[in-house]
Amino acid sequence: MTERPTGEPLVRLSGVNKWYGELHVLQDIDLSIDRGEVVVVIGPSGSGKSTLCRTINRLEGIESGEITIDGQRLPEEGKELARLRADVGMVFQSFNLFAHKTILENVTLGPIKVRKQSKADAEKRARELLDRVGVGHQADKVPAQLSGGQQQRVAIARALAMDPKVMLFDEPTSALDPEMINEVLDVMTSLARDGMTMVVVTHEMGFARRAANRVVFMDAGRIVESAVPETFFTAPSSDRAKDFLSKILNH
Amino acid sequence: MQFFTDNFPLLRDAFLTTLGLSLLAGLLALVLGTVLAAMRVSPIPPLRGLATFYVETFRNTPLTVVFFFIVFGLPQIDFVVSFFVGAVLSVGLYTAAFVAEALRSGINSVGPGQAEAARAIGLTFGQSLREVVLPQAFRTVVPPLGNVWIAMVKNTSIAAGFATTELAATLPRLANANAGDILLILLAVVVGYMLITVPSAYGIHRIERRVAILR
Ligand SMILES: Nc1ncnc2c1ncn2[C@@H]1O[C@H](COP(=O)(O)OP(=O)(O)O)[C@@H](O)[C@H]1O
Ligand SMILES: [Mg+2]
Repeated sequence: MTERPTGEPLVRLSGVNKWYGELHVLQDIDLSIDRGEVVVVIGPSGSGKSTLCRTINRLEGIESGEITIDGQRLPEEGKELARLRADVGMVFQSFNLFAHKTILENVTLGPIKVRKQSKADAEKRARELLDRVGVGHQADKVPAQLSGGQQQRVAIARALAMDPKVMLFDEPTSALDPEMINEVLDVMTSLARDGMTMVVVTHEMGFARRAANRVVFMDAGRIVESAVPETFFTAPSSDRAKDFLSKILNH
Repeated sequence: MQFFTDNFPLLRDAFLTTLGLSLLAGLLALVLGTVLAAMRVSPIPPLRGLATFYVETFRNTPLTVVFFFIVFGLPQIDFVVSFFVGAVLSVGLYTAAFVAEALRSGINSVGPGQAEAARAIGLTFGQSLREVVLPQAFRTVVPPLGNVWIAMVKNTSIAAGFATTELAATLPRLANANAGDILLILLAVVVGYMLITVPSAYGIHRIERRVAILR
């Protein structure tokens, strides 16, 4: 379970600090993620989990420290940054499918505009991916016609279409009705099995136990604890993690 | 009827001047307004600042003052244009600020998640705007842009005070010569404006329905 490939980590954050005005939202974050590793980020609301995710593809800038992806430092802005973002898939809590495009167009937009694939190639691959996440027959609908669970699976297919090196998931099931959570988690579990490098902010402990190599616990902008899931859930070492787990386990 | 047949050439030319002025100024306002709106939402602070300065300046200056500046102020720095071009510039530059505001509110009505998702798949700022944000913003801006257009058509009447013989300029001229036909003169001028604004309103309504179905 803890066996990891050697060499340069795929994603590395070192000494990362970020402020929102007065609020020190990320404090001295050090985190390395290896190729094929699945890291679950857990912690109380407002602890900085989303911000952490969003700094990894620079949807948010940082004030100090360094973030590298595949050994390459994140560029500041412009075309370089856009190219790097193409290699980092992101799945949002609220899906964020392009509302004016069909499901198929949602998935082909990036490959056509960023990867410069032909429309035919992009569509062929998009249909494969949509089939893989179980929404192949919805390709010609628009997002508003799909259920939340289906939309989130399309969002995963849209990210996969870019052949990302790493995928970020920010509470991908939090906006879903309970009966749709598993259909999304199943897709994510199968991605993890196939060796995708993933950073997943989630409180779904079943998923963490099943798919994660490591659980990172955040509180008040800091990484407080980092452990394999079994250890973290059964014997957390910090008081804050114990306190947090007792709260989420009790409801 | 005698009045109309006598004055038809003048009214027709004035109508065509108003129409030409509206179309040219509208085109200028649309192009410049789109650029300004893109600047206002761009990630580059100096561009944002420049566009905000432009919009606030023109929005808060009476159109007559803009005309005065273009027609009488610019020649002071050796930039002389004909009265008609001056009118196009005045109305166009002024209206661009309102177009930019309408577009910007349309852009802001598209949830931030849409632009974020676009950037997250690696689209550049320009691509995100073109492919994702503007097509959605367009839906919400058709009615306000329509209002800007209709207000602009009527605003071209300010050109009457700056030596351009458009529709409104015919009012005093015809009234002097035909004191008994004031109501007819007014009617002719109002109909002239309505020949532009009423079909516009119909067209705007059609476009609005088209883009709504597209959804
Ligand atoms: N754009 C922003 N501007 C100001 N404060 C923000 C912004 N985004 C998040 N925050 C604040 O930063 C803290 C961490 O937020 P977030 O990363 O969303 O936490 P989490 O995802 O763990 O719930 C919160 O206190 C939140 O209110
Ligand atoms: Mg969050």
